[in-house]
Amino acid sequence: MNYNVDTRGFFGSFGGAYIPEMLVPNITALQACYREVIEEPAFQAEFHQLLRDYVGRPTPLYPARRLSKKLGYPLFLKREDLNHTGAHKINNAVGQILLAQRLGKRRIIAETGAGQHGVATATVCALMGIECVVYMGEIDMHRQAPNVQRMQMLGATVRAVNSGSRVLKDAANEAMRDWIANPEDTHYIIGSAVGPHPYPDMVMRFQSVISEEIRWQLPAQTPYTLPHSIIACVGGGSNAIGAFARFLDTPEVALIGVEAAGKGLDSGETAATIARGREGVLHGSRTLVMQTADGQITEAHSISAGLDYPGVGPQHAHLARTGRARYVSVTDEQALAAAHELARLEGIIPALETAHALAYLAEHDAGPDDPVVLCLSGRGDKDMAAYSEHHRKEMSF
Amino acid sequence: MRSNALCNRIGDLFEKAEGKVLSMFTTAGYPQFDDTLRVCKALQDAGVEMIELGFPFSDPLADGPIIQRSNERALQNGMSLSVLFEQLQGLRPAIRVPVLLMGYLNPVLQYGPERFCASCAEVGIDGLILPDLPIDEYRERYQSMFADYGLRSVFLITPQTPPERIRLLDGLATGFLYVVSVASVTGNKLAVDDSRKQYFQRIHEMKLSSPTMVGFGIHDRRSFEDSTALLRGGILGSALLQVLEKSNDIASDVRAFVHAIRSDS
Ligand SMILES: Cc1ncc(COP(=O)(O)O)c(C=O)c1O
Repeated sequence: MNYNVDTRGFFGSFGGAYIPEMLVPNITALQACYREVIEEPAFQAEFHQLLRDYVGRPTPLYPARRLSKKLGYPLFLKREDLNHTGAHKINNAVGQILLAQRLGKRRIIAETGAGQHGVATATVCALMGIECVVYMGEIDMHRQAPNVQRMQMLGATVRAVNSGSRVLKDAANEAMRDWIANPEDTHYIIGSAVGPHPYPDMVMRFQSVISEEIRWQLPAQTPYTLPHSIIACVGGGSNAIGAFARFLDTPEVALIGVEAAGKGLDSGETAATIARGREGVLHGSRTLVMQTADGQITEAHSISAGLDYPGVGPQHAHLARTGRARYVSVTDEQALAAAHELARLEGIIPALETAHALAYLAEHDAGPDDPVVLCLSGRGDKDMAAYSEHHRKEMSF
Repeated sequence: MRSNALCNRIGDLFEKAEGKVLSMFTTAGYPQFDDTLRVCKALQDAGVEMIELGFPFSDPLADGPIIQRSNERALQNGMSLSVLFEQLQGLRPAIRVPVLLMGYLNPVLQYGPERFCASCAEVGIDGLILPDLPIDEYRERYQSMFADYGLRSVFLITPQTPPERIRLLDGLATGFLYVVSVASVTGNKLAVDDSRKQYFQRIHEMKLSSPTMVGFGIHDRRSFEDSTALLRGGILGSALLQVLEKSNDIASDVRAFVHAIRSDS
């Protein structure tokens, strides 16, 4: 079974580039060159040097002793939260800024939900001295305010998006509109494994450093050779595909993506696209999409701005359909509780997105000799307001 | 249905029209749910020669704020493809001018592409503009279906489209080529400056086989005349929607608007 992109830009029946003509020249140019550019030894050298010296890679694979004891199986946390800027998003941003430079682009645009991708993009733009405009839904600017300030301090312009549902989906629409209006000098750094081909494959390539490291760290640091299973949260799916990539063709490793159920899968307020979506087209890609019978995209609902998206990367849609990966979901409440538990047991405050992956661990079926790796995609500083409120509510009972 | 494919209102229009062809875009179910045919009738009566009827989508990523708002409003009004095809049962023979449907692909995919084409043919739609339908997929799955149902295809070209791709799209289009005036989403007022003129000149000199209709940002007589000087005609959308948004009398407001663009209408 082939889990990777084919020559036409599809993963099975998902993917492709469903874009208006205005975007075709830029997308065609990327399609034509991205592999060649990324595979150049000089590009790889610069990419890996920046990941090491600037981002701080490799990130640790940390044995979570107290949590493992509670769960009854050995758990290893892949510490993407320890990256510079606090999440896995920077891996992709570094890769794409190097690509943009080679394409001669002088202006960068990005969309952001949780603000982590916006911060990562603002950071690499500051590093390279390139203009940066980040689109962010008004609702997300409010609920992830610390990240708005970080982007601004880094010199980026943050544009509030008040169209549509005023969250991540709408920020991506606005970024696409900006790109339509600025076709010559601008590169769009998409923040997840979504969008028209080649973005899903390109983002996967940049994020696959996560699984590349897991692959050597586990045998080097533990008694185990391969993980029993790998668990990651799925919004658009970039940290998950990065954690899965090098294990796709190792069928004995179970791959599990955790979606945001919001208030519950059947509450009408959910972001669990694989569980509740149907095949459709969103943001230039044929994938699973939450939509009405008439094909209108429905608003997603999640307490986590980074998972609050009604689509999912086409490669995940393909992995779900072929059964290579399994997708589960947890609610807002379960995620909040899991974040508090990790803080108390391991001294790590995770991002709300990551907390969804953590919340699934209690249900996960693994034995005392089954090493489980969880992608700890980001740290939770940005989510302190939500955590404090939850904590206050819990205390008042 | 094959016979319909041979004689088509779009083909007839470009064959017979003497001056510049004036086309307008409106959103179905806008401003009020049951205004779809009323607006079409008003456009036809005012002398508009071709109508593009937009079916709304929640995420119109190539559109500016005006068309975004009309989409939102139409959806709130309860517009959908099934509802639209019900309304369009009354399209012919009241409306004689060519009518195209224009919109994003996802609603078409959910309705079912073949069923969509059949419904279009049934109500007398002449052509389709689906800007996010990739041309590979058009060739593989849609081209023969369009032909079977007598539907003409329209493709967009932009100032950034390379000449060889313009030739390719020209060869695929059976209706006309939609010449996007400027790198922009819809609704930004067009100024026909030297670089626009050079672009239109370049398209003109390619001697394409399809009629060329320019659109995006045309908002008054000047921008219509300047942008169509070397092309077959022009399309107005956002400017019309702004009139409709505030209108208390659609027939007379549309007439005034159209006459301001082209007084011989
Ligand atoms: C820490 C963190 N994890 C996960 C995500 C979800 O994105 P993805 O599914 O692309 O990894 C985000 C998005 O903002 C994030 O900030």
